[in-house]
Amino acid sequence: MLHTVNKSPTERNALDSCLKHLTKGAAVLLIEDGVYGALKGTSTTKTVEQALKSHPIYALYPDIEARGMQDRVIDGIKLVDYNGFVDLVAEHANVQAWL
Amino acid sequence: MTEATGGIEMEEDTSGKVKKFLYVNRKAPYGTIYALESLEVVLIAAAFDQDVSLAFLDDGVYQVVKGQHTKGIDVKNFSPTYRALEGYDIEKLYVEKESMEARGLKESDFIVPMKIIGAQEMAGLMQSQDVVLSF
Repeated sequence: MLHTVNKSPTERNALDSCLKHLTKGAAVLLIEDGVYGALKGTSTTKTVEQALKSHPIYALYPDIEARGMQDRVIDGIKLVDYNGFVDLVAEHANVQAWL
Repeated sequence: MTEATGGIEMEEDTSGKVKKFLYVNRKAPYGTIYALESLEVVLIAAAFDQDVSLAFLDDGVYQVVKGQHTKGIDVKNFSPTYRALEGYDIEKLYVEKESMEARGLKESDFIVPMKIIGAQEMAGLMQSQDVVLSF
């Protein structure tokens, strides 16, 4: 399962809820305002780093760059472009969007 | 006197009382239209010579972070506009300290010099306004 999150973790609880529902083999892709969940030194960093130990987490680079967050991404989060987004969707059997 | 203009008073008094306007920005840019719309309204209102302040708190602090490059998402990068506000005599820009710190940001991360104030001081700023517009 690929989980996508498009809301800021400091505005909605979509990321938090998503991370609580991850099963074996699940991956997370942060897009749009969801990319604020990929940042170092924030109030949500710890939770994300914890999830990163057992699940791959990706963030859409164009969304990171648009928001000026290019130098703040947590080590271990993989950055993908739109082609990478498509590849992730193709690689996983199903997709769940957390809005 | 107004006969020639069909009864319309031409020399209308527009000098009225200057009011204190506060624009409260609490949303991140690009994910929703709020940030851009706020900026549009601020610029329009600038023409009316009012006493304008801008507040950035919660995710709104992300609006004024340096280094935004939006080519990749094909959306207009409106962040340089914050630098132009000075030219419209809008110089009172406030960032809430608690919101900034919760997001790992510091004073030097902002695109223009911001006054950094605590939540309590922010509350006082809000309280002292004639008009508060929320985005």
